[in-house]
Amino acid sequence: MPTGIRDYPARAREIIRKDPLVRESVTGATIAFDEKRRRSYAEIDAEAWRRWAEGVKNHTLTHLDRYLTEAEARLEANGAEVHWAEDAAEAREIVMELAQRHSVRDVVKGKSMLTEEIDLNPALERARIDVLETDLGEFILQLFDEPPSHILGPAIHKSLQQVRNLFTEVLRTDSDADPDTLAQAAREALSDVFIRADMGITGANFLVAETGTVALIENEGNIRLATSLPRVHVAIVGIEKLLPRMTDLAGFLQLTARAATGQPIGCFVSLIQGPALHPEDDGPEEVHVILVDNGRTDVLAHEHAWEALRCLRCGACLNVCPVYRQTGGHAYGYVYSGPIGSVLDPGLLGLHEAMPLPFASSLCGACFDACPVRIPIPELLLEWRREAQEAGLTPWKERAALAGLAGMATRPGLYRAAGKLGSRLAGTGMARSLPMLGAWAEDRALPKPSRRTFRELWRAGIE
Amino acid sequence: MNVALFVTCLADHYFADAAADTVRLLRHLGCTVTFPEAQTCCGQPAYNAGRQGEALRMARHTIGVFEDADAVVVPSGSCATMVKKFYPRLTGGAAVLADRTFELAEFIVHGLGATTLGDGLAGRRVAIHQDCHALRELGLENEPATLLEGCGAEVVPWEAQDECCGFGGLFSVKMTAVSAAMADRKLDTLPDVDWVVSGDGGCVLHLDGRSRARDMGARFVHLATALWRGTAAPGGAR
Repeated sequence: MPTGIRDYPARAREIIRKDPLVRESVTGATIAFDEKRRRSYAEIDAEAWRRWAEGVKNHTLTHLDRYLTEAEARLEANGAEVHWAEDAAEAREIVMELAQRHSVRDVVKGKSMLTEEIDLNPALERARIDVLETDLGEFILQLFDEPPSHILGPAIHKSLQQVRNLFTEVLRTDSDADPDTLAQAAREALSDVFIRADMGITGANFLVAETGTVALIENEGNIRLATSLPRVHVAIVGIEKLLPRMTDLAGFLQLTARAATGQPIGCFVSLIQGPALHPEDDGPEEVHVILVDNGRTDVLAHEHAWEALRCLRCGACLNVCPVYRQTGGHAYGYVYSGPIGSVLDPGLLGLHEAMPLPFASSLCGACFDACPVRIPIPELLLEWRREAQEAGLTPWKERAALAGLAGMATRPGLYRAAGKLGSRLAGTGMARSLPMLGAWAEDRALPKPSRRTFRELWRAGIE
Repeated sequence: MNVALFVTCLADHYFADAAADTVRLLRHLGCTVTFPEAQTCCGQPAYNAGRQGEALRMARHTIGVFEDADAVVVPSGSCATMVKKFYPRLTGGAAVLADRTFELAEFIVHGLGATTLGDGLAGRRVAIHQDCHALRELGLENEPATLLEGCGAEVVPWEAQDECCGFGGLFSVKMTAVSAAMADRKLDTLPDVDWVVSGDGGCVLHLDGRSRARDMGARFVHLATALWRGTAAPGGAR
């Protein structure tokens, strides 16, 4: 699937310069999310929880074959049907085949980044199946015809006023309606479709191997409806979503909610074990679980990047990231944006496809402190940068400049002379034609060199 | 105590006075300061760009230069982090220099045990820009504020004080628009203060450059200069 990643710098610039409302909306919302996350971490021994979660995920990832087999057996024993998809195309084909088998005309969806990753909605629409996103944020974006810009809050880049205007046009709400009224209008618009839909499609937060349980966290209740009203429920699950035991799930449900929204637990947690087995049972007649690889085993095999597979998709690293806050997710050109996207996308898509995302970071380290499973994002960024340098994927002028710096820095006399010359030049009119300082000067005044270097002051004697 | 100054590239060329103030401050606190002339760049630009081989060559050079120093003081959170945290990764665990290297505020508070320096900043309102490396890699959350308050300054809370300024070395020229927008977030939330103080020249260069491009007139002062001024006795001035 072609992505827009390559245009990151230009797209980021365009959003910052031409659409300042995006920066304002994203900054405001992410700061609010992050403050809740910080308060929630402060209520618990967050470091101990994070280390525990890291350990469970590491164990699971290193025994993934065993837990996937166990999960498959349990799911089948529970009456669910398990499908394996090696890539996006296979995952789409499985869904399309199920839709045909059940003559599906209306699909209701819960929010799922994996269905974005495999480009599912366009495939369903091409088959003239109506797909309705039922998460409020996704519903808004479906009306705007835009992809999500945040893992958790897909419409985070939209202002309240933009949503008001949209709803006034589409749902005939008042032009000054408050957020509750807007949400209620969306609920009413969705309710008929929930009743009518033949198929509910969701992702999964976790899949418990021990019991074959698909776990879904949400706050709106739409996933509960999408997984219980339609005849068929399809859960599309990345293979890294496994947890060994039910007791692990108890901890992860809490930690995920704290990291994502600062809640002790999500308002709704759906634990799906399989279809209704008896006529008097509630729930769908069929439950299908599609286990998707789509590059994940490649990431798992990577010496360093595998750690990114611990990701819970909580969005905490996006919320705390000062780089992400300036643009939101669309600038990144792919479904996974922000810090986690910058380390996961090179693994899922191949480094060449994901350039220059490993360089879209100031390495400030805030993401690592926020991450509930301690993914060492700054270190992984550096690893991808190292691979990019080795593969010759960075500009040759930059490589030459850095090689030159190393050459000088190991020869003190040369370093002193060149350093003095360089900083003097940087303070003159020539600076703007120097490659890196030219870029600096686009947005900033040039640095003023000291009248005398410290070395000169030292030799003259410091009083 | 004998300390060797690792001045860093930016301080040598752009903050020479702050580097000289580092020497004055350390002497004032009873240290004998040396300056090994063969010192160059710590190698962080190469390390952050993913050029580990070149970074390692620079690391080995720096480790050699400071081989005989009892303690190395660095007036930069970022370069101190390079030596303390990233050199061991590059050299495969050799922490010889890392253990003897200190960021300036870290050295004064934890190495010398000094927190009350004087009264020279009485009546002065300052905001602190916490540089990312000192804050998150070295865990120096309170040290700059402790020292500035220990000079009589009023440290004014700044909602973005622990957020990255957007410098990030090469990041500032590779992703210029994002980098400048990050600086704007800092500048737009800046409280009414006399000085903005930071322990890292890179951040100061970036924030000051953006501030001057916007004609904001904010005054950025390196931590070393602020503290040296702060050591003055009541009524005295430096």
